[in-house]
Amino acid sequence: MNKATAPHSLNFDTGWAYSPAPESIDHVEIKDQYKLFIGGKFVAPKSGKYFDTINPANEKVLARVAHAGVADVDRAVKSARDAYDTVWSKMKPAERGKYIYRIARIIQERAREFAVIESMDGGKPIREARDVDIPLAAAHFFYYAGWADKLDYAFPCRTPQSLGVAGQIIPWNFPLLMAAWKIAPALACGNTVVLKPAETTPLTALKLAEVMEAADLPPGVVNILTGDGSTGAAIVNHEDVNKIAFTGSTNVGRIIQRALAGTDKKYTLELGGKAANIVFADAAIDQAVEGIVNAIFFNQGHVCCAGSRLLVQESVADEVVAKLKERMQTLIVGDPLDKNTDIGAINSAAQLERINAYLDLGQEEGAEMFQCGGKNPDKGYWCQPTLFTNVAQSHRIVREEIFGPVLAIQTFRTLDEAVAKANNTQYGLSGGIWTDKGAKIFNVGAKMRAGVIWANTFNKFDPTSPFGGYKESGIGREGGMHGLSAYLDLH
Amino acid sequence: MDKTVKAEGRSIDSASPREAQSAAKSARLARAKPPAAIRLGIAKTYKLYINGKFPRTESGRYFTVADAKGNIAANMCRASRKDFREAVLAARAAFSGWAGASAYLRGQILYRVAEMLEARAEQFVAELKLMGVDKRAASREVTATIDCLVYYAGWTDKYQQVFSAVNPVASSHFNFSILEPVGVVSVLAGRENALLGFVEAIAPVIAGGNTAIALASEQNPLCAVSLAEVLHSSDVPAGVINILSGYRKELAEQFASHMDVNAIIANGDDASEIKMIQEQAANNIKRVIIRKKPVAPDPYQIIDVQETKTTWHPIGG
Repeated sequence: MNKATAPHSLNFDTGWAYSPAPESIDHVEIKDQYKLFIGGKFVAPKSGKYFDTINPANEKVLARVAHAGVADVDRAVKSARDAYDTVWSKMKPAERGKYIYRIARIIQERAREFAVIESMDGGKPIREARDVDIPLAAAHFFYYAGWADKLDYAFPCRTPQSLGVAGQIIPWNFPLLMAAWKIAPALACGNTVVLKPAETTPLTALKLAEVMEAADLPPGVVNILTGDGSTGAAIVNHEDVNKIAFTGSTNVGRIIQRALAGTDKKYTLELGGKAANIVFADAAIDQAVEGIVNAIFFNQGHVCCAGSRLLVQESVADEVVAKLKERMQTLIVGDPLDKNTDIGAINSAAQLERINAYLDLGQEEGAEMFQCGGKNPDKGYWCQPTLFTNVAQSHRIVREEIFGPVLAIQTFRTLDEAVAKANNTQYGLSGGIWTDKGAKIFNVGAKMRAGVIWANTFNKFDPTSPFGGYKESGIGREGGMHGLSAYLDLH
Repeated sequence: MDKTVKAEGRSIDSASPREAQSAAKSARLARAKPPAAIRLGIAKTYKLYINGKFPRTESGRYFTVADAKGNIAANMCRASRKDFREAVLAARAAFSGWAGASAYLRGQILYRVAEMLEARAEQFVAELKLMGVDKRAASREVTATIDCLVYYAGWTDKYQQVFSAVNPVASSHFNFSILEPVGVVSVLAGRENALLGFVEAIAPVIAGGNTAIALASEQNPLCAVSLAEVLHSSDVPAGVINILSGYRKELAEQFASHMDVNAIIANGDDASEIKMIQEQAANNIKRVIIRKKPVAPDPYQIIDVQETKTTWHPIGG
């Protein structure tokens, strides 16, 4: 194949089409209706309300789930408090740990079912759910299980104490994984939990409730409430909650931080990002192109740490952009359950509308938009992978988090210019560096004001690795030893 | 206890320039009575400390501080919000240099501050005594302050080792987490222990490579403002520590709300002020550290104003 002369040389969609390779869904059990998981049982919501959760790839209703109102939140918090006072805080730490190990094991056993449901409810490619979300969720429980009886070693000269009831509100981009990020350290540190999954992706959290039952976790230690923003607000504002952990947008994080003012509630916030992915001329360009694709198109760009700003050194900009465009043509957008799919469905109609508004805005602002022009399925919510070139630092598509498969490309000449542009943002969650020079990685890595730096790689996660942002990307860390302090009183 | 000064029964708090001048004059006279025409004492003008310089407040306003006997001890600059903003600019400009300084250098400079304070211990004992602290306690406070500085000087090149990590990720990557200073930190010093309390509040901030704007205790600002002279002669780069005096009620909101301040440390237990600070801090997701009571020095106070940065790199190739 002659890459230099054939502009569509890597377009696998011509002639040599992939046959469909859908993941089977026959072993997956989704009930018609789900109640709230409170005190170890599924109970009907006092609110009496239910809402639909749909598959964003075909707009079909998957199940009806309960909407937890204020009274339901109160009931869940009471149940968590009771479990904390009578059982969980009194249990030997090693035994606590063994429950968490059990949860990890059951998730591993049921991994395929979780992966399929995650893909159906959220729109992400089955390959990602199968290879990233679910294994990492299990790994998180496994990792933190072991901390339960070792907390004294993590904080020299301190005697860590649990906090009490943790209220946890998670987003729709990595539903089960975020639940694991929140629940595992909370339980290991001796707290009990009231968790609210996102409105559009409640199913794997409800399946996780089944895992809690199967693990014989004492009733009330983990309570799972489905609902919307009002449910989250009721958790945040409940007087008997000791800790709030939130992952979501910076705007909502701000509202939560404000709402918690004057209370003694501890909080961690994992908020938005607009990560710079810096490619230097001395980088291994082909690897960098793969890295750029992974940085922005992984999970449809529904990633708070997505590398949504590409900063490429001027001397290689043309080459990088050309290779990137070529590579984008090979990305398969379509059925999330198909094992060949690279880019699944956009999570919801509302999110698609937001992304499309940014696509319009970018063009209005004068940026040049590139899409491969692939055909979207008839039903569902889709966005073709998108590049913007000819953008300025002041453009809103450079400054604001789009949370979709949309990359803004800027160039730079000097290292200092790259760093200045990278840091010129309210956010500071993550950043990428591509270069073959070790010294440059340490230099640029130290100068980038962001909590996670991926050097010659991107979007890697691990339970042992602390994650969290600088500046308006949040407060606190999740993951690793550093993630423990969010759930402990160290005074 | 409200020590806002009344001179001769009237408040000179927001007096006319003429009244202010005469009040200031009487204050100086009260402080330095020359015995039988030997020599007139030279009273110190207390000023702000911004960007390594000693300006008066741009607002031209002042307030008076009473000594233990109720006499005017000094006219203090009543810093304005604009002074604070200037100080933030200085602190931001100084940040990358100070954060990038080696831990060894930061340690040596903090140790140098201790040396300079030791040499000037008498001045601070005298200021504490003037404010009503008995001699023995004043002397204890000054030595405790020096020791606090030495303590944190020693931590500068150790906290990283104690609190950072190499993380055993399952994939083929080298992954490590280190601490980095959060940035520009605003500090509201507590009312207790004019000198020790102030230094305990700022030393861990500086030790960790942050830059700071600190508001001296309103009731008891003399030592904190004088400390600027010590810092100034200790190789602390300009802008790393900025010291303001003024009304806390007037400035606290700005300390909490400023968009280019990354963290606020507020010493004090006023519930309504704490709530206000936490609300304002949300403007830019500021880190809020509330210390309702004075806390003894420990490395966790350094960690309070640190970010954890985690770096990944593939292994192989």
